[in-house]
Amino acid sequence: MSTQPLSNQPRPMDFESGSMRRNTARRSATNYFVSGLCILATVLVILPLVAILFYLIYKGASSLNLAFFTHIPAPVGEVGGGMANSIVGSGIVLFLASLMGIPIGIAAGVYLAEFGRGKTLATAVRFTADVLNGVPSIVMGISIYSLIVVQQKHFSALAGGVALAIMMVPTITRTTEEMLATVPHAIREAALGLGVPKWRTAISVSLRTASPGIITGCMLAFARVAGETAPLLFTAFGNQFWSFKLSEPIAALPLQIYVYAISPYDEWHRLAWAGSLVLIVLIMVSVTLVRIFANRGVLKGGS
Amino acid sequence: MGVGILVEDLNAWYGTTHTLQDINLHIPANHATALIGPSGCGKSTFVRCLNRMHETNPIARATGIVKMGDIDIYNDASPVEIRRRVGMVFQRPNPFPTMSIYDNVVSGLKLNGFRNRRILDETVERSLKQAALWEEVKDDLKKKSGASLSGGQQQRMCIARALAVDPEVLLMDEPASALDPVSTSKIEDLIFQLKSQYTIVIVTHNMQQAARVAENTGFFLNGKMVEFDSTHKIFTNPRDKRTEDYITGRFG
Repeated sequence: MSTQPLSNQPRPMDFESGSMRRNTARRSATNYFVSGLCILATVLVILPLVAILFYLIYKGASSLNLAFFTHIPAPVGEVGGGMANSIVGSGIVLFLASLMGIPIGIAAGVYLAEFGRGKTLATAVRFTADVLNGVPSIVMGISIYSLIVVQQKHFSALAGGVALAIMMVPTITRTTEEMLATVPHAIREAALGLGVPKWRTAISVSLRTASPGIITGCMLAFARVAGETAPLLFTAFGNQFWSFKLSEPIAALPLQIYVYAISPYDEWHRLAWAGSLVLIVLIMVSVTLVRIFANRGVLKGGS
Repeated sequence: MGVGILVEDLNAWYGTTHTLQDINLHIPANHATALIGPSGCGKSTFVRCLNRMHETNPIARATGIVKMGDIDIYNDASPVEIRRRVGMVFQRPNPFPTMSIYDNVVSGLKLNGFRNRRILDETVERSLKQAALWEEVKDDLKKKSGASLSGGQQQRMCIARALAVDPEVLLMDEPASALDPVSTSKIEDLIFQLKSQYTIVIVTHNMQQAARVAENTGFFLNGKMVEFDSTHKIFTNPRDKRTEDYITGRFG
């Protein structure tokens, strides 16, 4: 037992003492150092995007004009022409892909997180999704070619949509599962305790609570397949003319860029740069739009 | 109006852990019944057996008979039906974060497909008044998220949410343990008023709380119900030595 008054004893948090002051200085130096590293990493992440964007503007902006957005490609040897059919074609193929890929992906994710805990089927689905995520896109193209194109005996927009949809599914499934796992169990219990059936709890409570993250996952998957060329080579095939039929070959921006970029003509090279710029801007615009609408609650699934 | 609950030979397990052993108990209608006991003694498991929430855990199971009025809840009805008749308030307020105050209160109705605007409006007002929250939130029912309220307000909103589906029994699993003293006393007042209309079962760690709100009290220890009697008797003249030790603070 010490008889000394408490104030004379060294206290662990004595800010007056020299050692404490030195400690504080060291800590704030470490703090600045680590913060600096984080900012540096952020810059390094943003840098490539900015670099790509500026290079595309430098190379492609000069070839952009109204005709680019309103005309179809000009025949070989003629100047001018645009990518109107490719822009619309990409839109159609991506819409088809989202229409198939997003519901299937989300549904599978809901199964994994809400119903499949510890089940063999869930383990199999999770493994399949991870492997599917790693399948090279060219392999996906060839598979859909033999599964759909060969059966139908012609290339088609539908086949392109299916190929992209299958590429979207694993990303969406895994993000949906991860996002649902972050929803507190107490919220599910609240719904179950009110006599809400389990399926309704999964959809109206868990899924709705996790929706911002799931929307981000869908956007990631969308942006990833929007620029894919390889799966479309053997499925949508490309088209130099307008086509709105799902059963016919359809033009797509990445395909058109590819065709122009490997051509021997300077004029076509410039158009390829312009096409790349348009593709990136369109992806950025659609992702931003979805984000704005999602934040407004339009996509949060009203009750 | 509330109904009485009759529990016969109730046993419950989590995996191989025998959490509840041979519980026999009659909970009278339109009274508040408190369940006390040290942490891990099975009180929470017991109330979760009364609305079949226990079985939502895949490794949990229960045997025995629980009768609510004439209904054997494990044999005569689905868990979903039972949970609509037995409201539950949890230890921590658990509002639906994406829903407004209004939608939180009527979530039990809306999520079960009920859409009549006028009845929903009336239910919101009635339930929030019953939960003594109406005056505080009536101006931003649809503007504010349920999660933006204070902890005590959230808990009263959760009580309103449970009352909105018009249950016969209200289970409260330590409803005030995460709240400050002012909010706690509001919740206790509420229990006092609600018990004329509902059968209330309240789990609590706070023995003064049990003494203040409940007519009857059960003492749980290690998965068994040691003693069940009027609250007055439990706190003044318990039959069992272990009950006496617990309420006098000798353990737990």
